[in-house]
Amino acid sequence: MADTQRPLSPHLQIYRKQVQMMTSITHRATGIALAIGTLLVVCGLLQLAAGEESFNRFKGIIGSPVGIVLLLGWSWSLFYHLCNGIRHLLQDAGLGYEIPQFVRSSWLSVAGSIVLTVLVWAYVWMAGGAA
Amino acid sequence: MSAKDVVVKDRRNPLKTARGLGSSQSGVGHWWTQRVTAAALVLLGVWFVLTVLGLLHADYAAARAAVAKPWNALLLIAFVLTMFWHAVLGLQVVIEDYVHTRWKEVVLLVAIKFLAVLGALAGVLAVLRIALTP
Repeated sequence: MADTQRPLSPHLQIYRKQVQMMTSITHRATGIALAIGTLLVVCGLLQLAAGEESFNRFKGIIGSPVGIVLLLGWSWSLFYHLCNGIRHLLQDAGLGYEIPQFVRSSWLSVAGSIVLTVLVWAYVWMAGGAA
Repeated sequence: MSAKDVVVKDRRNPLKTARGLGSSQSGVGHWWTQRVTAAALVLLGVWFVLTVLGLLHADYAAARAAVAKPWNALLLIAFVLTMFWHAVLGLQVVIEDYVHTRWKEVVLLVAIKFLAVLGALAGVLAVLRIALTP
């Protein structure tokens, strides 16, 4: 139960769906996913420092089907958060504040993240798989 | 010049404006640090992805040798620290926005800071162990 019992302002359900809303929510969601993903980065470094056996076990886990799915999700999250983050930095500098520009840059973030993810995984696939 | 030509620019009471760093005592510190770490992570994140891709089929010895290179070790430590710092700033806002029970909010805010400090220290320690062990 919330501490404050004040009336709430209208929330998501009363607004018409629009792409800027989706990019904003996805930015938060991917941010949370990446915050969890930091643990994978640290885990990899710790296993590499611990010795050959632990490192190979770590490689085996991230190369397993579950590991690949997680890596796919995290790589797309990273590229989406990167593209949309650059968009937000440009907006913080006062650029692109017209509504059509907002819509266009939203779609650019989405498209950019998909292109980067596909490029990276195409490279991985051509180099003979992830593990 | 008649009276009606005088343009009054601001009719607000000066007390309306926050004084000093405002009621939170931190001003735009959180907002600005989030942007600065974001800008750093644009560069460090791209570098990290490229480095990992370069080590795609590296065995244990090759991966260790790569991390032990001075520039790689330096940038990895910078990446780990900036990553956790930025993650805490972002998670903090999410918790403040959506957790409306005060004690749960405070517990979560402290917990993510503890976890982030532990994670950052563990990451830095791991890089140092690899880089400084001959």
